[in-house]
Amino acid sequence: MITTVETITPRTRRNVELVLCLFALAIVLSAWVNVDLALKGVLPASLATVGGGLLVLVVGFHLVLRWRASFADPLLLPVATLLNGMGLVMIHRLDLAGGRDSLSGNAFRQLQWTGLSLVVAAGVLWMLRDHRRLQRYTYTAMAAGLALLLLPLVPGLGKEIYGSRIWIGLGSYSFQPGEIAKIALTVFFAAYLVQTRDVLSLAGRKFVGLTLPRARDLGPIILAWLVSLAVLVFERDLGSSLLFFGLFVAMLYVATERISWIAIGLTLFAAGTYVAYLLFPHVQRRVMLWLDPFSDESIRQSDQLAKGLMGMASGGLFGTGLGQGRPWITSFADSDFIFPSLGEEIGLFGVFALLVLYGLFVERGLRTALGVRDGFGKLLSIGLAFSVALQVFVVIGGVTRVIPLTGLTTPFMSLGGSALLANWTIVALLLRISDQARRPVPEADGIPARLPLRDPAPAGGMP
Amino acid sequence: MNLPIIRLSRVVTALFAALLIATTVIQFAQAPSLRARPDNRRTLLDNYSRARGAILLPGDQAIASSKPSAGELAYLRSYPQGPLYSHVTGYYSFVYGAAGLEAASDDLLSGSSDALFYKRVSDLLSGKQATGASLQLTLNPKAQAAASKGLGNQRGAVVAINPKTGAILAMVSHPEYDPNALATHDSNDAVAAMNALNADPTRPLVNRAIGGNLYPPGSVFKIVTAAAALSNQTVTETTQIPAPARMDLPQTSVGLPNYDKAACGPNEQTTLQHALEISCNTAFGWLGLKVGADPLRAQAAKFGFGESLRVPLRVTPSSVPAELNPPQLAQSAIGQYDVRVTPLQVAMVSAAIANRGVLMTPYLVERVVGANLDILDQHTPQQLSQAVSPEVAATLTRMLVSTVDTGTGKPARISGVAVAGKTGTAQQGNGLPPHAWFTAFAPADDPQVAVAVVVEDGGNMGEEAAGGRLAGPIAKAVMEAVITR
Repeated sequence: MITTVETITPRTRRNVELVLCLFALAIVLSAWVNVDLALKGVLPASLATVGGGLLVLVVGFHLVLRWRASFADPLLLPVATLLNGMGLVMIHRLDLAGGRDSLSGNAFRQLQWTGLSLVVAAGVLWMLRDHRRLQRYTYTAMAAGLALLLLPLVPGLGKEIYGSRIWIGLGSYSFQPGEIAKIALTVFFAAYLVQTRDVLSLAGRKFVGLTLPRARDLGPIILAWLVSLAVLVFERDLGSSLLFFGLFVAMLYVATERISWIAIGLTLFAAGTYVAYLLFPHVQRRVMLWLDPFSDESIRQSDQLAKGLMGMASGGLFGTGLGQGRPWITSFADSDFIFPSLGEEIGLFGVFALLVLYGLFVERGLRTALGVRDGFGKLLSIGLAFSVALQVFVVIGGVTRVIPLTGLTTPFMSLGGSALLANWTIVALLLRISDQARRPVPEADGIPARLPLRDPAPAGGMP
Repeated sequence: MNLPIIRLSRVVTALFAALLIATTVIQFAQAPSLRARPDNRRTLLDNYSRARGAILLPGDQAIASSKPSAGELAYLRSYPQGPLYSHVTGYYSFVYGAAGLEAASDDLLSGSSDALFYKRVSDLLSGKQATGASLQLTLNPKAQAAASKGLGNQRGAVVAINPKTGAILAMVSHPEYDPNALATHDSNDAVAAMNALNADPTRPLVNRAIGGNLYPPGSVFKIVTAAAALSNQTVTETTQIPAPARMDLPQTSVGLPNYDKAACGPNEQTTLQHALEISCNTAFGWLGLKVGADPLRAQAAKFGFGESLRVPLRVTPSSVPAELNPPQLAQSAIGQYDVRVTPLQVAMVSAAIANRGVLMTPYLVERVVGANLDILDQHTPQQLSQAVSPEVAATLTRMLVSTVDTGTGKPARISGVAVAGKTGTAQQGNGLPPHAWFTAFAPADDPQVAVAVVVEDGGNMGEEAAGGRLAGPIAKAVMEAVITR
């Protein structure tokens, strides 16, 4: 922390954001042109209209920020725009491979969801002037989160697709309520932990170097664990289960600064997954596919992991070029396997760039958590940022065989409206909190102004 | 709460580092092995999306070529002459992979060979669509046709070599098969064709000329025994050697009889030359014992036995057993017991003698050419060994010419041309009729072709089969096809 005496004029960096947004759009549109030239030999007919529409949406969002959150972090919007756009390009590219035209294809639907998500996110920014107001809804958020999480189990409403019961059907639309539940539960965790952190962090006795919590304080973590197990067992959704529990343990640790919570959490997690492995064939199957995706038995059960790996291998360092690979060979190439699809066509260097973008997004969230002054804001931004990090790890780690494959969406990129809506809402919340974090505190009530956390990025590095 | 946030950000860093490492492992470190997996559909489609190089006869006539095709696989492999060259070209099937030259020279034909690096770069720079290189073979179409016609519906194999270069002029294995049936893009048809070939007891997919179960050589191996004896100066061509009707084999009650159950000469003695002319078993049994197992094996090795050749088709090495007691040695000296040869190996023995004792490495690909027939690689003939001295080669040639002129090799005589040759009738010891052999070269004074013919299980003659009558005319037809070119 630099404690220089000279006045630092806090900079909003909105202009940086605008330039980076235009740059992100330019990359996305060139990628789209690249795909259409490679596959059809002509420029996309709707380049001007769709490009213009995206421009209006993104610049509109940027203007909302100028107006309502002028100190918000300048990187979150361009990074999310670029990731969302690359997802759209790949979904469109797979539409073309599957013979779907631009209006009936998945990309058109995803584009509509993108527009809706941006509008909703801008609305959240507009309506929610101060993130602390969310604290009022602690238990509403809990109830909503649990309800949404368990909604797919309601008979008649829940739909089981590809073995996981995590969708609900609304007319012709399918919706994954777990994505929205993720945000509601993060709000709840943050609000709850900020109230109870003193008890959870101080009471307890020492045991083998660890200060263990009192038995009666174990209630919340046990509850979170049981809900995660319920998701795993009844919805067969390994990914969400892992995500919720990991998120809760991480937030609990940040709230209490107590390593023992992590030890307890990991123990519970290990015990839960081991028992689930022993009891449930679908978990055993995932582990088998993970350990040897190319064995005869694995190929017989599901060859998508093997095909995804071969797709990434065929991309090599530089990729086949957009529109020039064969990502459609892998099933779910535009959702769970969109990362291997991109790996095939933009190569190792391209997916490195994507991973760095995700890393940057999470880093801006963590930086916001460091900078914001209230405990709720810290916990909420940590929770949101970490949930994105964990989700990226679970899904991309799954397709690259770091961990067993579980069905989570790749944030911002996978085909699927609910996930897109949820992730853009996370962007809005992080932007809102980062505005508070970076905004200079007015010199009032005789409290000396604190310097805003200084952006350590060299000023010369940005336009 | 900032300390745990910083710690948590280290956890996040570790998670992302794991993803970066995992993608690097897949897309860089493991990429070549993942791409090479036989079940990799992307690689398969890649291979079918490029024009594969053709396999050409010396006159640039294609015996395997890729034709544009509708559907997901952009090119269809076709074999205009069907079965005739099947064991040379092999097949290229998206269901079953490749065999023959299609497999052995896949890197050249597909264009992925390191040897084609500069061509690939220039294709890239000049914007040409990348194509594989074509192979121009050494085969003589007339000799190939004569060999196939000669074998007809009999099982067996024919190999002809140019003794001076090692160029393979004919390579036929019967039964043949139609590679087009396996190359079809209709996978049901391909599977049906392959199932039928695999179910066929005559094993049409085996290239008997260079592989399979190999054959006992019978009396054609006497050339090797004679070469060993002459090289070691154990005998000369005029030395009188024992040649009774039946030879008592040491350490055993089983004797070694002559084919006609008679002695090979007066006083149960004969010259080496006459023994070879009439293929006298007892004389060569005695000679084998006199020469000894190690010198016999060493002489065989100089002719190429035990050599793992790639022509570039992989040749199964021919062999003389490692441990031989005297009765086994006597039997081996006349090409029985466990001596096993490929027809190519037998042709190499003749070729070495024809070429003044110098054995040239056999090969099938004369040159590698680009799409516009520019030569990318030209084969240079290479010496494999000095099998015998020029003097011994001359002696053997004289004796083999006399074998064709006056002895068992008469069916291979060509008017106006000196032919050197040797018959063989290899007993199988399992109740089946013998294999009929003939190996020869011509013209004896300026050899253009050395040939080996084997007809399995007595061919159309059954128990009456003899190398001269059954295999001799086929060898003659092949030699004539080359000489009268």
